Amino acid sequence: MKRTNVRYWTAFIILTVMLAVLLFWNINSGSVELSVAQIYQIIVKHTGEKTAYNIVWEIRLPRILAAVILGGALSVSGFLLQTFFGNPIAGPFVLGISSGAKLVVSLTMIFLLGKGIAVHSGTMIAGAFVGAMISMGFILLVSRKVKKMSMLVICGVMIGYICSAVTDFVVTFADDSNIVNLRNWSLGSFSGMSWENIGVMSAVIFTALLLVFFMSKPIGAYQMGEVYARNMGVNIRMFRLALILLSSILSASVTAFAGPISFVGIAVPHLVKSLLKTAKPILVIPACFLGGAVFCLFCDLIARTVFAPTELSISSVTAVFGAPVVIYMMVRKQSRSL
Amino acid sequence: MKDYFVYTEKMSVGYNGKPLIKDIEIELQKGQILTLIGPNGAGKSTILKSMIGQLSLLGGTVYIGRDELKKMSEKDLAKKMSVVMTERIHPELMTCGDVVSTGRYPYTGRLGILSEKDREKVREAMEMVNATELMERDFSAVSDGQRQRILLARAICQEPEIIVLDEPTSFLDIRYKLELLTILKKMVREKNVAVIMSLHELDLAQKISDVVVCVHGDKIERFGPPEEIFSAGYIRQLYGITDGSYNAQFGCIEMEGAKGEPEVFVIGGGGSGISVYRQLQRKGIPFAAGILHENDVDYPVAKALAVEVISEKPYEEIRPETYEKALNVMRKCKKVIGCTEKFGKMNEKNRHLLEESEHLL
Repeated sequence: MKRTNVRYWTAFIILTVMLAVLLFWNINSGSVELSVAQIYQIIVKHTGEKTAYNIVWEIRLPRILAAVILGGALSVSGFLLQTFFGNPIAGPFVLGISSGAKLVVSLTMIFLLGKGIAVHSGTMIAGAFVGAMISMGFILLVSRKVKKMSMLVICGVMIGYICSAVTDFVVTFADDSNIVNLRNWSLGSFSGMSWENIGVMSAVIFTALLLVFFMSKPIGAYQMGEVYARNMGVNIRMFRLALILLSSILSASVTAFAGPISFVGIAVPHLVKSLLKTAKPILVIPACFLGGAVFCLFCDLIARTVFAPTELSISSVTAVFGAPVVIYMMVRKQSRSL
Repeated sequence: MKDYFVYTEKMSVGYNGKPLIKDIEIELQKGQILTLIGPNGAGKSTILKSMIGQLSLLGGTVYIGRDELKKMSEKDLAKKMSVVMTERIHPELMTCGDVVSTGRYPYTGRLGILSEKDREKVREAMEMVNATELMERDFSAVSDGQRQRILLARAICQEPEIIVLDEPTSFLDIRYKLELLTILKKMVREKNVAVIMSLHELDLAQKISDVVVCVHGDKIERFGPPEEIFSAGYIRQLYGITDGSYNAQFGCIEMEGAKGEPEVFVIGGGGSGISVYRQLQRKGIPFAAGILHENDVDYPVAKALAVEVISEKPYEEIRPETYEKALNVMRKCKKVIGCTEKFGKMNEKNRHLLEESEHLL
């Protein structure tokens, strides 16, 4: 018992240290160089040179916070979906849930912007949630017929393609100056976050995460399969509903603000579980949040600095680091089941 | 109120609203083991799944203690009943100890953190199934026998009053089968729990059960203590046995013997004939056996395998007419095998038969 506790502590300390380092690194990197003293002044004392102050407070900090919160939400959402489908390669992106959210958000935005109405963060989340639930509903229907997980993932990917195609189509033919932003967003990016966005996403995501954390007991039971979970006293119907709603809210919020971000939802929970050497939800859920934050901060750092001033889409970077993890998992799973 | 701990009233079970088995009336007291037997696909698992609330009932009621199953909350039910089902589970990165401790779920707090008392119960349960050394082992890496014991320990540490097991002995070798059933018997005796399970092994069902339920067709065909259920004729009918036979006293099966005119005459008795009968059966040679007393151990096997058995009433000396009959059969055979060299007052005539056979060849 002692040894495992040491492992858990170590894992959490590693993640926290990585998060701290990346936070600092992210604040410090960009087109304008800032010294440690300057950053300290700007953040803690709220003073400093005007341009630098604005860069930190209006551009870098919201972006960093968005990466932390959304990255964390995305990996927790992935963990929930993996538990729900009992398969490690389930995730909001591969199951087409992010793309469904993306489609509805684009439609909403084009419609509202076309009428000259400003789009509120809450509206975006609501739109994304509707889209996520539509994809989720479809996946659930398929999962009733198809028991094989690989088929389900293929269906999810197909849904993703259909939604992306429709989104691209709509975006291409919508000629409005705001559509430029929309295009950026539809590829996935943490840029252009306002403090209002951060406020809304924190409220929604942290509420959802708190609920998820308090569900760690039944989630743990559900990892043993439905039959045993029921026997342990879990109300399966309510539990499944809660799991679907919470994972959809989390991935919808991410999509609403940052567009679809690939592979984080699969890669991070896997890496976190390997680090902890356990799948106990009470540990994995907070660790997933930290891990997702670290992963997205790291990827965002690369996205905006490697080819600066050109910015990469966040999804391309997460795919580069996340997809190999997923391939590795699938290969290992296959070789073990043979 | 009835005196039973678990009972059903006119329970109907099935899938998608279509009843598979109707009017099920099962009654069981605490400290008893009830076993469901019946052919594959008869619906044993369906009955069990309905009794644990995994499938909704299509009619009737299940009572546990004094409560109706449908009206019990998930948590109350979890404290009364635990299960070991056939579904293979693949929990990720869980040690056997972790799996067992999931049995404490109904007793832990909001976040499911185990108290010292819970850990103690987990240890006790693992001791009960002789699996203490597996505590830290990865659950996905243990053998079938170990996995089944761990799942039983999980069920035990849930501190249930009734344990439901669906074919707990499938995939286990003989040692683990016996071990598992011994643990169940111990549970029943020490903790006074009720056990409901399904078994394929009739011999084990006959020996461990207090009550046997036979599922056949769309109903419970028989219900009662094993002594009433296990007759050769009924088992034959229940399972629709066409090749081979079932020995009710020993609960063992025999293959179908070779048919046709007997080619070999086997003189056995006192257990000496059995291995010869089996050899002949394996080689497909039709044979006759004699002269066996009806209370001889050789008799049931000979009866199952031989084309003809010449027998004498229990405890009687072999009568001349029986001897004549045996002689006639023996004369038609090409070969005679004498298995026994022990002759006494009762089977004196077998010695004559053996001597006679030497003249024949």
